Amino acid sequence: MKRTIVLSILCALLVQGTSFAQRIKGSDTLLPLTQELAEQYLENKPDAEVIVTGGGSGVGIAALPENTTDIAMASRRIKFSEKMKFAGIGLDAREVIVAYDALAVVVNPTNPVDSLTREQLEAIFRGKITNWKDVGGEDRKIVVYSRETSSGTYEFFKESVLDNKNYMSSILSMPATGAIIQSVRQTKGAIGYIGLAYLNRYVKPVSVSYDGGLHYAAPSVETAADGSYPIVRPLYYYYNAEKEAEVSPFISYVLSPEGQASVLEQGFIPVSMEEDRSGSEQNSEKHL
Amino acid sequence: MKKFLEKSVRWILTASGFVTSVVILLIIGFLFTEGAGLFGEPVIEDGYVLAVNKENPVSRLSAEEIKAVFDEDITNWKDLGGNDMPVRTFRLEDADDYFTEEQLGSQYEHAGEAIAGLVASDPGMVAFVPGTMIPDGAGIKLIEDKNISPGEVLGGKEWFPTATPAPLFGVLPLLAGTVWVSLFAILFALPFGISIAVYMSEVASERVRGILKPIIELLNGIPSVVYGFFGLIVIVPMLQQVFGLPVGESGLAGSLVLAIMALPTIVTVAEDAMRNCPRTLREASLALGATKWQTIYKVVIPSSMSGIASGVVLGIGRAVGETMAVLMVTGNAAVIPGSILEPLRTIPATIAAELGEAPAGGAHYQSLFLLGVILFFITFIINMCVEYISSRNRAKNR
Repeated sequence: MKRTIVLSILCALLVQGTSFAQRIKGSDTLLPLTQELAEQYLENKPDAEVIVTGGGSGVGIAALPENTTDIAMASRRIKFSEKMKFAGIGLDAREVIVAYDALAVVVNPTNPVDSLTREQLEAIFRGKITNWKDVGGEDRKIVVYSRETSSGTYEFFKESVLDNKNYMSSILSMPATGAIIQSVRQTKGAIGYIGLAYLNRYVKPVSVSYDGGLHYAAPSVETAADGSYPIVRPLYYYYNAEKEAEVSPFISYVLSPEGQASVLEQGFIPVSMEEDRSGSEQNSEKHL
Repeated sequence: MKKFLEKSVRWILTASGFVTSVVILLIIGFLFTEGAGLFGEPVIEDGYVLAVNKENPVSRLSAEEIKAVFDEDITNWKDLGGNDMPVRTFRLEDADDYFTEEQLGSQYEHAGEAIAGLVASDPGMVAFVPGTMIPDGAGIKLIEDKNISPGEVLGGKEWFPTATPAPLFGVLPLLAGTVWVSLFAILFALPFGISIAVYMSEVASERVRGILKPIIELLNGIPSVVYGFFGLIVIVPMLQQVFGLPVGESGLAGSLVLAIMALPTIVTVAEDAMRNCPRTLREASLALGATKWQTIYKVVIPSSMSGIASGVVLGIGRAVGETMAVLMVTGNAAVIPGSILEPLRTIPATIAAELGEAPAGGAHYQSLFLLGVILFFITFIINMCVEYISSRNRAKNR
């Protein structure tokens, strides 16, 4: 038994020594998707090695200049301060959009409210509307759930729905998406936001309108892809341009039809579907 | 040979004692230097400036004012000591609404001039842009930036560490949350813990104790995140129904979970102390005609006071420093709680939730170390108090 362990460790070391181990780190939103993609990639290329770890978008981007990762996964755009840091050490980072993710606004299933405008959502999350009866529901206090500040989802929701304004200070911040679902499920007046892939029957998604109530769209892969559902964000990979040769086989696999099919399977929106809607103006790969 | 062995053992003991002390001092020194670094950071996010029109008389803004302006809670310059005109805010993300792509240039090389021109032409405009983008002169003026002051942090009532342009690091809500939760946790745990300890050491038969003690010690081995999950699934909905609350995540849920977690420590240490109470003392008390209860109350508990006190300190230490369980059940709303039934946010939960994403060396990162320093002082003070109490008790018993 002991000998097998020693042998396998030796083998692992040897493999590590001979081939290039690709390290991918960052956003927890992208983690399950990237793991799935890495597994499929390895099926075709058994001699390659890919190590995927999470930790959050900021952790991944911070690891890029320290050379502790080859690809940084991020559920938000790189921040200006991070770009400045890269520029300071002469790191030329490249950005690739690998998929899109839609955020669903969810309420307790017993709540009669099933559609809200962006303005109403902003007022609710900023604490200007505190009772469901002001948006056509029952006379009940609104309990607002949010993610922790460390989450890329938190930043994106703030950017898209709150128009970059701050959440109210009395917002309840939960450490994980699972905790938001659990809390919304057991709290009658609750409202929160989760990734589309996490939607289940215990919470009710709300239709959202970004044009003042003219068109409402319920969150789904189809509505997000055809552009009628507005709360959609791109998911990024960042890598060092000097290492392009090493990382490009994996990235081109991710962007291939095969890779994008599993993107769809995991509940995300493939890049191609999204590009149909925005035309050719959006280039999937560009300089920073 | 024996002498040499003795000597070397003594050396090893001394050396390990010194090394441990030095390491602890280094950790504390690191904590303090990182925490103090916060007061060397500018109020406005590093690398950015706030640019206003040259005609605008307002030249300095506090962090709260900047947040209110960009949240559109303040919409007129006269609220900030300026002229009576509406405030218009500009962020880099808004550039597409004001300029065409040709005006900005393909690599945004003309963006700085375009934004400067916009600010120069609109007297009510305030722009939040990178400092390197703004050309000199050009009819605009920068809002004066100063360093974050200790008063703003220690007396601040708002915790918005990732707000742009100016993050707010008011620790009062977090401090209040920590004190509330720990206080109530100890209020719940102390009477229960001591009664269980008394029962186990004085009342229970050998067989009952043989079953009970391992079970209570087993509680110590449960990971804190499991307690947190239990709290979220069981205690939170229960409180919601019992008290008819709109939201079950509250300080009370946190204190209940912490009380359960602190119990085994308090029980084990206090019970050991009581069982170590000298047999002679008990027998003397009984021989004088005291009942069993009088003996427990007047002899056993006072004589084992220092042991009970150290159990309580360990329990409080666990409660004050606990992160994961609290993070899951208190709701983490950074407001000063009016009652224990409201959601609140504690210092350890904040550090655990935010440190992962805070860029190393930035203001947010340093503010979290400052929270660590505050936590250090809280436990330090508690330790001193208990040390004082138990030393007084020892003096009295002598």
